[in-house]
Amino acid sequence: MVVSGEKPTLIRKVVRDGKEVLVRHDGRLVDQMRPIRIEVGVLSNADGSALVEYGGTRVIAAVYGPKEAMPKYMSLPDRAILRCRYHMAPFSTAERKTPALTRREVELSKVLREALEPVVLTELFPRAMIDVFVEVIQSDGGTRTAAITAASLALADAGVPLKDLVAGVAVGKVDGVLVLDLDEIEDNYAEADMPVAMAPSLNQVVLLQMNGVLTLEEFHAALQLARKGILEIYRLQKEALRRKYAEVKVEG
Amino acid sequence: MVSITPWEQPVMPKLKRHTIASLLAKGVRIDGRKLEQFRPVDITPGYIERAEGSALVKIGNTMVVAGVKMDLAEPFPDTPNEGILVVNAEFMPIASPYIEPGPPDENAIELARIIDRSLREMRVIPLDKLVIEPGKIVWRIYVDVYVLNHDGNVTDAAMLAAMAALMAARMPGLVKEGDEYKVDRTRYVGLLPVNHRVVSVTISKIENRLVVDPNYEEETIADVRLFIAVSEDGRIAGLQKMGTGALTLAEIDKAINIAINLSKYLLNVLEEKVGKYRAELEKVFAEKKEIVIGGVPHTTSEVVVEGQPVESSVEGVGTVAVENEGGKSREE
Repeated sequence: MVVSGEKPTLIRKVVRDGKEVLVRHDGRLVDQMRPIRIEVGVLSNADGSALVEYGGTRVIAAVYGPKEAMPKYMSLPDRAILRCRYHMAPFSTAERKTPALTRREVELSKVLREALEPVVLTELFPRAMIDVFVEVIQSDGGTRTAAITAASLALADAGVPLKDLVAGVAVGKVDGVLVLDLDEIEDNYAEADMPVAMAPSLNQVVLLQMNGVLTLEEFHAALQLARKGILEIYRLQKEALRRKYAEVKVEG
Repeated sequence: MVSITPWEQPVMPKLKRHTIASLLAKGVRIDGRKLEQFRPVDITPGYIERAEGSALVKIGNTMVVAGVKMDLAEPFPDTPNEGILVVNAEFMPIASPYIEPGPPDENAIELARIIDRSLREMRVIPLDKLVIEPGKIVWRIYVDVYVLNHDGNVTDAAMLAAMAALMAARMPGLVKEGDEYKVDRTRYVGLLPVNHRVVSVTISKIENRLVVDPNYEEETIADVRLFIAVSEDGRIAGLQKMGTGALTLAEIDKAINIAINLSKYLLNVLEEKVGKYRAELEKVFAEKKEIVIGGVPHTTSEVVVEGQPVESSVEGVGTVAVENEGGKSREE
């Protein structure tokens, strides 16, 4: 992820269908996400799993549990505890990443867990433990938001009762323009990068970070843009779950 | 290291929880404050004389000390024209019965990283001015934040302490011996350049009420906190949602408005306590050029004043503009 040399032009004005529009370095419009692919139940050993791709970003989430908390002192009498790990594979980045957990991954594991806690009905499983592990297989920006999208699907696939799914996407300011779903190049040069995740039906924000500088107006616009992307991802998430479970129903 | 739901929680009698909640419903806090009122904020700049810069921050009973130390290092390959800023934070076991000794846990790492991002993204420290020889040697600025007593709202105290310690920081002397640069720790030759001021206002949601600066008891029952860093020009310089709860869009809007509003109060305290201290130091440097700490001054070596290299060493130091997000390559 070494950035060197001149900053490339990331936003261009072009004429499309007789209209002047802003186009990003990969041809997307400012409010356009990369192609999203979602597959549920990709790991046979896990109780629940999901593979999520946002363009070149590819993550796999697995859920094990609810199961007995081990060691036992690590349990709560009135609800389950969540154990969460966000991890990037050494080969997922341009330059090899150390397989050991970095400070960034420690922080993101916490951020991810705290984004899932509001939607998991942990009070149904006192003294239990639910493991949520996310592996970033390939990284091209937006890995934490793809991770949360995948993690909530893996929980749903495991049959863990949820108040809602969680969908995440990043918004950012690139070349002074607000854009949706930044890829790695955009992220590297962004003036601001704001990952957001929501439980859309509850209309609640469960993950919010911002790295950069935004005015109040820009922030409001960015949050709305994120919400737009999140609603689209939410639709794809539900579609992916139906694809797996509705089909079984028809065959049976 | 995995992130685990905190299972060891502070003991909090239900009665107290109810008292806090029922008071909040009336718009009053357990210690008599209003919902959007800080406890008394006090900053002591230069608290640790051995450090290049330091500050002790007290918000109510919460105590955080930050120290700035500097040394020389090779710059990161992707930012050859920038100095290095390293932020570290630790919750000391003396701070609370619920903090265990050991390496920084996820809370400490998160705290360090949100402070780091807020400072870095606003370019609080002009890292391009900390270059001695591009690609070869630069100043490395360490900011270590120590939580000494945890009575709630450590994030804002820590952010304030880091900012104050940087503002209070003095550049040590620099000497060249042959081809090697060395730090001359017997004297200070100027102030660390600080371009901007950033403070944070963390908003906690307790029983659906938004409050600022919770004490430990209030913080224990808060289910979500939103860290909001605000720059001196009222822009948002960093955000982080923390805790197991969630926020609605309306709550986020309200929280940010409160934060922007209250940031002025913290910036005032910062100016009053640390801005003046910095101005005094500046006067001393303007008059005497240096502050001698003691020990044997270097007489044989070439003394380089104000962190700038000797003329012959390199041209245009610190003037090469590179559009890089400093330090990103390490962690992002």
